Amino acid sequence: MKLRISSDARQPPAQKAQNTRAELTRRDLLRSGAAVASLTLAPGVTLMAFGGSQAQAAADADKRWGLLIDVNKCSADCDDCVSACSTENGWKGHGHPETDAQWIRKVTLKNKATGRESSMPVMCQHCEAPPCVDVCPTGASFKRPDGIVLVDKHICIGCRYCMMACPFKARSFVHEPVVDQKSHAPRGQGTVEACTLCIHRVDAGGVPACVEACADAGHQAILFGDLRDPESAISRALLEYPTLALRPDLDLNPGVRYANLG
Amino acid sequence: MIRLALILVLGLTGMVSAEERSSLWPSVPAATGEPHAEGNEFWRKNHMDMMRHDRDLTMRMGDRQVGASLKACFDCHTVRDDEGHVVTYRDERHFCRSCHDFAAVRVDCFTCHRSTPDGVDEGEAHAMTQAAPAEPGAIAAFLNRLAGQTPMTFAGAMEANR
Ligand code: HEC
Ligand code: HEC
Ligand code: HEC
Repeated sequence: MKLRISSDARQPPAQKAQNTRAELTRRDLLRSGAAVASLTLAPGVTLMAFGGSQAQAAADADKRWGLLIDVNKCSADCDDCVSACSTENGWKGHGHPETDAQWIRKVTLKNKATGRESSMPVMCQHCEAPPCVDVCPTGASFKRPDGIVLVDKHICIGCRYCMMACPFKARSFVHEPVVDQKSHAPRGQGTVEACTLCIHRVDAGGVPACVEACADAGHQAILFGDLRDPESAISRALLEYPTLALRPDLDLNPGVRYANLG
Repeated sequence: MIRLALILVLGLTGMVSAEERSSLWPSVPAATGEPHAEGNEFWRKNHMDMMRHDRDLTMRMGDRQVGASLKACFDCHTVRDDEGHVVTYRDERHFCRSCHDFAAVRVDCFTCHRSTPDGVDEGEAHAMTQAAPAEPGAIAAFLNRLAGQTPMTFAGAMEANR
């Protein structure tokens, strides 16, 4: 007996996704608006080159977005970052703490030797080498060119391998039907989700909701910026102070860093 | 010249036959705002491919200025009920269902996406849309409404369509 696999099925998911997109690029006539412009174009000029909006550069491979969390500045009795994230992205609990969606949580660490306690937010660490992407069977878990790790819920089958692979327990599965979502944060039953670094804000040139809420609370414990830009505040702070990645032993090079941890 | 006349004639007959549609043709709720530059026929045929294409542009590349953005559809394609409330996808008068029910298409987009603009209270029942079984008699009621709002049996509707 011979096992027959169609040539398409044999491609790794990532490759397949890329091919589909390349095809679509050729068929870019479908972009409305651009299709009209194409009538006036010389033959051979691709619409992608012409019609790509300025925002197409939003996921820019020359950037890598990251956070620097100063644990000293984080107050144990404040969870404004968590509530801001929940309000911004529309996730909330259903009274089942074990399974409720939680894009960001406050974690308290206790140094066993000294007894000192520190509090800090933990969310998707936006790894450079994300284990969730490695294990995803459909290509739904992916890393944007600018380093933001996301779930493409359109192709997520809800298998939850990524949740098991994540060393930070950063991902959640949506168990219940969802209503009244935010238009910029669609979410629904049967798919996995996590911190998106507020891509809808970042793509519009803004900062994530947690960063804003922390500053509004007067703590300014979270710094957001481009790790590839040596002039950015976050890059300068990383040069100046000792900082840590969570689970440095795993060598995942997360985009989220912590200062004064321990 | 003859060719031009031919095109005109063909074009005209095309328009005439469009007017003489079956009474079962779905009536698409009126939209607000600028019509699509590519025309209604193009959008009727290609909206699913355009949205899938632009979805990837937004998801994967962060391009948010796309032409077929699902959330933007409801800037122009909102439908109100008799009391003036914006209807959700749960209501069969919703823009996306006006043709889909007719063509027996079912989409799952609105288990995640809003089917109304931000700010409208979509209500607890909305998320159940996908699971709700069709009520008995729903098809006959649907055909009756299409056949000019007059109560009619299915056979009657077919007769009226002859
Ligand atoms: C399991 C959840 C889920 C389902 C089901 C789903 N989407 Fe999405 N969709 C998302 C998420 C999450 C985004 C990313 C939103 C963002 O980044 O702003 C998105 C983004 C999009 C976008 C780009 C943003 C916009 O609105 O312009 C389009 C277009 C889109 N989806 C179309 C669809 C269509 C069409 C369907 C149904 C065939 C569908 N989606 C079903 C979760 C879903
Ligand atoms: C800027 C406003 C606007 C937006 C945004 C918009 N439309 Fe439209 N659309 C219109 C108008 C106006 C018409 C023409 C309606 C008419 O002829 O009665 C139309 C017509 C259509 C038609 C053809 C209807 C018919 O009667 O055959 C389809 C299909 C359609 N739109 C789908 C969409 C989809 C899907 C989206 C989102 C991806 C969308 N439109 C976004 C304004 C808009
Ligand atoms: C003018 C009529 C019309 C309107 C309005 C319309 N659709 Fe459709 N749509 C169709 C038809 C007909 C098909 C099936 C085409 C086929 O099977 O080849 C379809 C198919 C689809 C599909 C593909 C379904 C599948 O299983 O492959 C998606 C996704 C879709 N529509 C989304 C939408 C959304 C979202 C809206 C509202 C914003 C909408 N459509 C409004 C006529 C319409």
